[in-house]
Amino acid sequence: MLALVGVLLRNGTGALGQALFFDSVPPLAAITGQVPVWDGIWPACVGTLSLLALTMLLALGPGIGCGIYLASYASPRIKALLGFAIDLLAGVPSIVMGLFGFTLLLTLRHSAAPNAGPCLLLASCCLALLVLPVLVSTTRGALEALPRQLHLSGAALGLCRWKTMRHILLPAAARGILSGVLLAAGRAAEDTAVIMLTGAVANAGLPAGLTARFEALPFTIFYRSSQYRDALDLQQGFATTLVLLALSLALLAAATRLQRALDQRWQGIRTNRPTQHADRHA
Amino acid sequence: MSVRESRIASLVLGASAIIVALAVLAVFAFLFKFALPVFTGGQGACILSGVWNPFKGQFGILPMLAASLCISLSALLIGWPLALGLCCCMHGFTPRPLGRFLSILLRGMTAFPTVVYGFAAIFLLVPVMREALGHGSGLNWATAALILSLVTLPTMTLVMDAGMHQTERRLRLTGAALGLNRQQVFSHLVLPACRSDLLAAAALGFARALGDTLIPLMLAGNAPQWPTAASDSIRTLTAHIGLVLATDSSSATYGSLFVAGCLLLLANMCVQLMLRTHLRTRGAA
Repeated sequence: MLALVGVLLRNGTGALGQALFFDSVPPLAAITGQVPVWDGIWPACVGTLSLLALTMLLALGPGIGCGIYLASYASPRIKALLGFAIDLLAGVPSIVMGLFGFTLLLTLRHSAAPNAGPCLLLASCCLALLVLPVLVSTTRGALEALPRQLHLSGAALGLCRWKTMRHILLPAAARGILSGVLLAAGRAAEDTAVIMLTGAVANAGLPAGLTARFEALPFTIFYRSSQYRDALDLQQGFATTLVLLALSLALLAAATRLQRALDQRWQGIRTNRPTQHADRHA
Repeated sequence: MSVRESRIASLVLGASAIIVALAVLAVFAFLFKFALPVFTGGQGACILSGVWNPFKGQFGILPMLAASLCISLSALLIGWPLALGLCCCMHGFTPRPLGRFLSILLRGMTAFPTVVYGFAAIFLLVPVMREALGHGSGLNWATAALILSLVTLPTMTLVMDAGMHQTERRLRLTGAALGLNRQQVFSHLVLPACRSDLLAAAALGFARALGDTLIPLMLAGNAPQWPTAASDSIRTLTAHIGLVLATDSSSATYGSLFVAGCLLLLANMCVQLMLRTHLRTRGAA
């Protein structure tokens, strides 16, 4: 592993710099989109970021909502059933999710929208499905790991179930939920198979809208690995992997940190001092 | 006011649960709906045959199925003992700082994009393979299996580690009472006690290896033939889906894709069911 990272670093650092991102276009013009960038990876960065934003936008509501529902509202039978469904969804290989997007597209073409094509929206729908299980299970886990005293103090204050959730449990579990969000974002950022089938292409420029094709970092890496023309191309490929690696490691590190803070906060309460803190948070 | 708010809240939460359930159903329904006409339309025998030659109208995906199974089994064979060894390292067979470093490294590895592994392997491992074999392109079964085992390693190790951590905590007193040191407790008490975790780790690693697309696509060579030797170029089901959708546009070949997708779904479902029943028996015991 160390050797792998070492080689990536050695080959990649040379190409890191302004030219990698923007080619020879002045950065300001490239960022505002006035001048198209062909050889840099800036469009791919923007593509990945907009894909991430759209995916999280689609997945956050249902994911966290379903996690809360499972943690405190559902009856045991629904819990078991829905939990199994989510496990199943978590195990679906990402290429199969891409294939699902493709079947969705075929269906759309035959019915509502005859000229629908692979696009940003379709890709983020499929990615949202892919990261849903992560969101649901971390939200559920974070809520269920809270000490029982918090539930009780809510009841003791005469709050109904939703008020307890809203004012006591959710603030207490917020860090855990946020770490789940970051993990899900990391998963969405690294996945290649889904976007390969649902809309990523090698040369699209900045994403033009929800129904346009787009570039993305992982796909750029995959494409460069098979289609590079010269040493510079290759070096840029290495540098691109470094950028993607930095992105996903940063997401993971932030998630781990949040999770650890949450664990430490409640550890003492669960084992040693059962009641004091619960009141404070109520 | 507050009654209405809480009613709205439970409605919204229930709705999001329903959305998620519907999404899961939709994935399965769509894929099976598209795969079914293949069999009712009389193409079934053709697709479940052993030859892939679209120009002659032969769309057999059995070689790909065999390749998928071979690659993931061999990745499991390499990766599982390694994961077990790493777990032993983290539980007292090496100095503590090294163990902690290993666990941080493994956690970091879970965030490594698979495409990065593939990209690095093309320039590191493939030339070595080419030299070692003396013929071929270096893109073959062995290369892909090696990298796949690396990809599945963190998943397997972390699952094992989580199980062992709990068991070890439970058995520490027992071991101390028997006068055993940490290594002896581990090898005589903890390992036999968490046999089921080891199995679960293997199942999860297998599912992960079976479902991975980028590694076989980039490293296994993609020749649609039966795997016979470790130096053969082979094509897995996942890579098959990716390749055909990226290059072909004739709808005749699409049927095979949907069948391949369903096979992958079914395999994953089997693993999940197995894990679930196994967890239940352990919970009862």
